[in-house]
Amino acid sequence: MIRRRPSRLKYLLDGIILENPILILMIGLCPALATSLTARDGLGMGVAASFVIITSNIIISLIRKIVPDNVRIPVFIIIISTFVTIVDYTLQAYQPALYQALGVFVPLIVVNCIVLGRAEAFAYRHGVFDSFLDGLGKGLGFTLILFVMGTAREFLAGGTFFSKSVGIEFLQKNGILFMIFPPGGFLLIGLLKALVNKYVKLE
Amino acid sequence: MNPAKIFLAAFLVNNIILLRYIGLCPFFGVSTRFSTSFGMGMAVVFVMMMATFVTFALYHLLLIPLNLLFLRTAVFILVIAALVQFVEMFLKKSFRALYSAMGIYLPLITTNCAILATTFLVIDYRYNLFQAMVFALGTSLGFTFVILIFSALREKLEYAPISPAFRGYAIAFIAAALVSLGFLGFIGLFGLSL
Repeated sequence: MIRRRPSRLKYLLDGIILENPILILMIGLCPALATSLTARDGLGMGVAASFVIITSNIIISLIRKIVPDNVRIPVFIIIISTFVTIVDYTLQAYQPALYQALGVFVPLIVVNCIVLGRAEAFAYRHGVFDSFLDGLGKGLGFTLILFVMGTAREFLAGGTFFSKSVGIEFLQKNGILFMIFPPGGFLLIGLLKALVNKYVKLE
Repeated sequence: MNPAKIFLAAFLVNNIILLRYIGLCPFFGVSTRFSTSFGMGMAVVFVMMMATFVTFALYHLLLIPLNLLFLRTAVFILVIAALVQFVEMFLKKSFRALYSAMGIYLPLITTNCAILATTFLVIDYRYNLFQAMVFALGTSLGFTFVILIFSALREKLEYAPISPAFRGYAIAFIAAALVSLGFLGFIGLFGLSL
């Protein structure tokens, strides 16, 4: 029996909708809620986490044949924390305002279940290019949700987009401040999850 | 800042789950039953106190004198992972009753971001050791408190008539929004802010 190899494109696209880390797999929720106060924060966190997912996926896939099975988790953690430290210091140097806004969630990328989850479930068992595509897909899926949530919360709370007014007088005067407080994040992701339940049919 | 204020701030006003959004994965994953929530909560209290103490000591006695601050993330996560392993082995050998109560939750705690976040936060806030331990106690009890009330709520939700699209996680998020809204009311208590 010939088993058909799943197409490479599938690795990339799965992460965006059918295996979206936040709304389908329900992992990596903390940064999704905490750093989606504005479109800029959401996008920044998404890009930072995507960088870590992609690079750690590539490195782990490269060394998968020489790492003994029983010490793989500590090895993964060291590789991941190296890239997290790189992101941490880079943001601190070049994007201090963003770094301030993301706060403790930048070093917390190291315990983000998406990163370790992909390392264990995918990169440790697949080739370099496939792992890169998988990391890119999961990163894009993660970034997409953070960006959507950040945009929605920023818009509803003050009628702005990337801190610029979009010209809706009503929202600027009567912004729904609730949305940038913690309960607003829970409410928004609950509604998004309900939408996904209704319209995305999983096999 | 006096210890009572630090404790209350960590326990209620800046509750780690509902107002800081840290530790959400175990919060939604485990909080489906009251009994499992209790075991998880106790394990978190135990590990958080130990982890805060050990990482605090390492940071001030090793990383600062040797000028190795860039290793902070790597050292902390490895120390916590190793610590959890040791605690698990120790409990299994010496305290069987305690192990059977919270043993299965211990491995899950390594990737519980609440532990790592607390060890970072006490350093960012420049607390001394006593303040750091009070903060860890308040945070972990706050975690346990919220996970307990929320699990009671979710047991009721199981039997509630909810439209199919909202079943499961979606309604849990919305319930969390309402509980969180309640906790938002604590802001300003004793002059503490978010």
